Amino acid sequence: MTAAIVVGVLVAGGVWFLAQPGLLRVIFGFVLLGHGVNVLILASGGLDRRGAPFVGEGVEDVAAAADPLPQAFVLTAVVIAFGVTVYLLGLLRAESTAGDDSDDDSQDDVEAGP
Amino acid sequence: MTPVLLALPVLAPLGAAGLLVLWSRNHLGGSPAVPRVVGWGVTATVLAVSVTLLTDTLDGEVQTLQLGGWPPGIAIVLVADVLAALMMTVTALLVLLSLVFAAATGEDDGHMIVLAMVLSTGVYGAVLTGDLFSLFVFVEMMLVPSYVLLIRSGGQRRLAAGQRYVSVNLLASTLFLAGVGLLYGVTGTVSLGELAGAARAPAAAIATAVVLLALGIKSAVVPWHSWLPGSYAVAGPAVVVLFSGLLTKVGVYALFRVYAVVFDGDRRWLWVFLVLAVITMVVGVLAALGERSMRSVLTFHMVSQIGYMLLGLGLFTTAGLSAGVFFLIQYVLVKAALLMCAGAIEVTYGTDELRRLGGLGRTEPALAIAFGVSALALVGVPPLSGFVAKLHLVQAAVSEQHYVAVAAVAVVSLLTLTSMLKLWNAVFTEPEHSAPPDAGRPTASTSVLAPAPAVALFPKAGRIAPRRLLLAPMLLLTGLAVVLGLAAEPLLEVCERAAEGLIDVRAYVEAVSSP
Repeated sequence: MTAAIVVGVLVAGGVWFLAQPGLLRVIFGFVLLGHGVNVLILASGGLDRRGAPFVGEGVEDVAAAADPLPQAFVLTAVVIAFGVTVYLLGLLRAESTAGDDSDDDSQDDVEAGP
Repeated sequence: MTPVLLALPVLAPLGAAGLLVLWSRNHLGGSPAVPRVVGWGVTATVLAVSVTLLTDTLDGEVQTLQLGGWPPGIAIVLVADVLAALMMTVTALLVLLSLVFAAATGEDDGHMIVLAMVLSTGVYGAVLTGDLFSLFVFVEMMLVPSYVLLIRSGGQRRLAAGQRYVSVNLLASTLFLAGVGLLYGVTGTVSLGELAGAARAPAAAIATAVVLLALGIKSAVVPWHSWLPGSYAVAGPAVVVLFSGLLTKVGVYALFRVYAVVFDGDRRWLWVFLVLAVITMVVGVLAALGERSMRSVLTFHMVSQIGYMLLGLGLFTTAGLSAGVFFLIQYVLVKAALLMCAGAIEVTYGTDELRRLGGLGRTEPALAIAFGVSALALVGVPPLSGFVAKLHLVQAAVSEQHYVAVAAVAVVSLLTLTSMLKLWNAVFTEPEHSAPPDAGRPTASTSVLAPAPAVALFPKAGRIAPRRLLLAPMLLLTGLAVVLGLAAEPLLEVCERAAEGLIDVRAYVEAVSSP
C-alpha cells in the first residue's frame, strides 16, 4: 500500500511537471516519473521479503530472501535514466547558450557535439 | 552455424564503437577514414551473419544463445527465428547503405559512425532478445544515440525538435518500463518464453497492453505520431535514412512479436490494431498533402506506411502477417531510396523545398530514375515491390472480410500517388512559369556529379569522396525494389515462414525457455 501511494504521488507529480512549460520542468517531470516507475518495479518483486538474495551457508531462510531480479532491473533503469537526464540538461544548456543565435542552418557547426 | 555467432551482431558493433572512441579520443571529428573502414566492415560482417542466420532458420529451426551460461529465465537470451533473421538482414543492409550515403553527403565524421554503430547494436539486440526487459535496454541503446544524431549539427530548430523527440521517446520508454514492471509483478517473469499466452489472465493482459501502448508510441502509430515528422524533418539527410529504416520499424517488429507471443494472437483485440491501422494510413497520407518540401512529404508518408504494417498484424492470419512482414521489408528499402534522393538534392542544391526546385529530370537523369521508380514502388504500381506487398495485404483483408481496410488501402495508395506526382512535378519536370529569379534554382551546369561550389550545407561536403557514392546506394535500393517486385516469390516464401512462426509460437517459446 505504501509503495502504491509513493508511486501514485511520484507519477502524479511527474505528470504535473510534464504539463508545465519549459524544458527544465519537463526534466523534473521525467526524474519524478522515473523514480515512480522504479519504485513500481521494486514493488513488483514483493516488498515484504527483505533478506539478502544469496543462497548458501549462513542463509537460513531462502523464502525470506528478496527477489534480486527487480533490483537488477531498477539498477539498469536508473543508469539509463541518469544518462538521459544528463543529456536533457545538456540540451537545456545548449538551448540557453544558443538562445540569441539566428535560426540559420548555414551557421551550423558540425564539431559542436553536445 | 554455431550459436555463439548470435552474439556477434550485438558485440561487434558495440565493441567497434568502444574501440573507435578509445583509438581517437580527440580525433573523432577529424578524418573519417579509419572509422569508416571499421564501421563499414563491421556492418558488412553483421550482414553476412544475418544472411547465414536466415538460411539456417528457414526450415523452422530457432537458434538461441543463453549469455553467460545462466539458466533460462535469468540469462539474457538471444533468439533468432526467421522473422528476426529477416529483420537483421534488412537492418544491416540499410545501415551499410546509409553509412555509404553518409560518406557521400559528408556527414560521416567519426562521431556519426560511432553513434550509428551503437544505434545499430540496439536494433540488432532488440530484434534478437528473448525477454522484455532486455528489449527495453536495447531500445534505449538505440534511442540514446539517435537523440544525439538528431541534433548534432546544432541550430535552434534542431534543438527544439530534439527536445520534443527526446521527451516523447523518454515518456514512451518510461511507460514501457512501467508495463514491464507491472507484468513482472503479475506473472513473475519477463522472459517471452514463459510469458507465452500469459495475457489470457486479465491482469497480465492489462500490463501487456501498457507495453504495447508504449511500442505504439515508438512506432509512430496515429494518434501518437506527431513526434516523427517534426523531428525527422530537421535531421541530416543520411541520419534520416538511418532513422526511417530502423527506429519505428523496431517498434513495429516488437508489436508483432509481443502480441503474437504474450497475447498468443488473441482475436478479441485485433479490431484495435485494425482501427489504428486504418486511421494511421489515412491521417498520415492526408497530412502529407499540405507539405512543401520533399523531406516533410516523405516523413508524413512514413506515418501512413506504418498503418499498412499494422494492418498485417490486425488481420493476424498467415496471409495477413506475411503480407505485413513483406510490406515492412520492401518499404524499408524503398523509403530509404526516396529519402536518399531527397537528401542528395538537399546536399547538392542546398534545399529540398519544392518551390525552389525544378527541371532536375534533365540535369539529373539517374536521380530522376531512382526517384521515379521508388516513388512508384511506394505507391504500389506493378510490377514493383510495393504492388506485391499491397496486393497480398488486400487479398488477406478480403479473405477476412475487412472491406473498410481494403478500401483504405486503395484510397490511401491513390493519395500517395498524388503526393508522389506532386513531388515529381515540382522537382523533376521543367517549371511552367519562370520562378522567382535565381531562388537557388539549379541550372544545367550544376548536377550531382559536378556540384555547385556555392552550396555548403555541410561544411565538409566539399572535400569528400566521389559524388558517385551519392547515387550508388539509392540506385541499388531502387534495383532491389524492381527485383523484389518481379521476383517476389523467394522473399514471399520467407515472409510466410516468418508469419507461420508468429501464428504458431511453440518453436520460438520452446527455444527461449530451454537451455
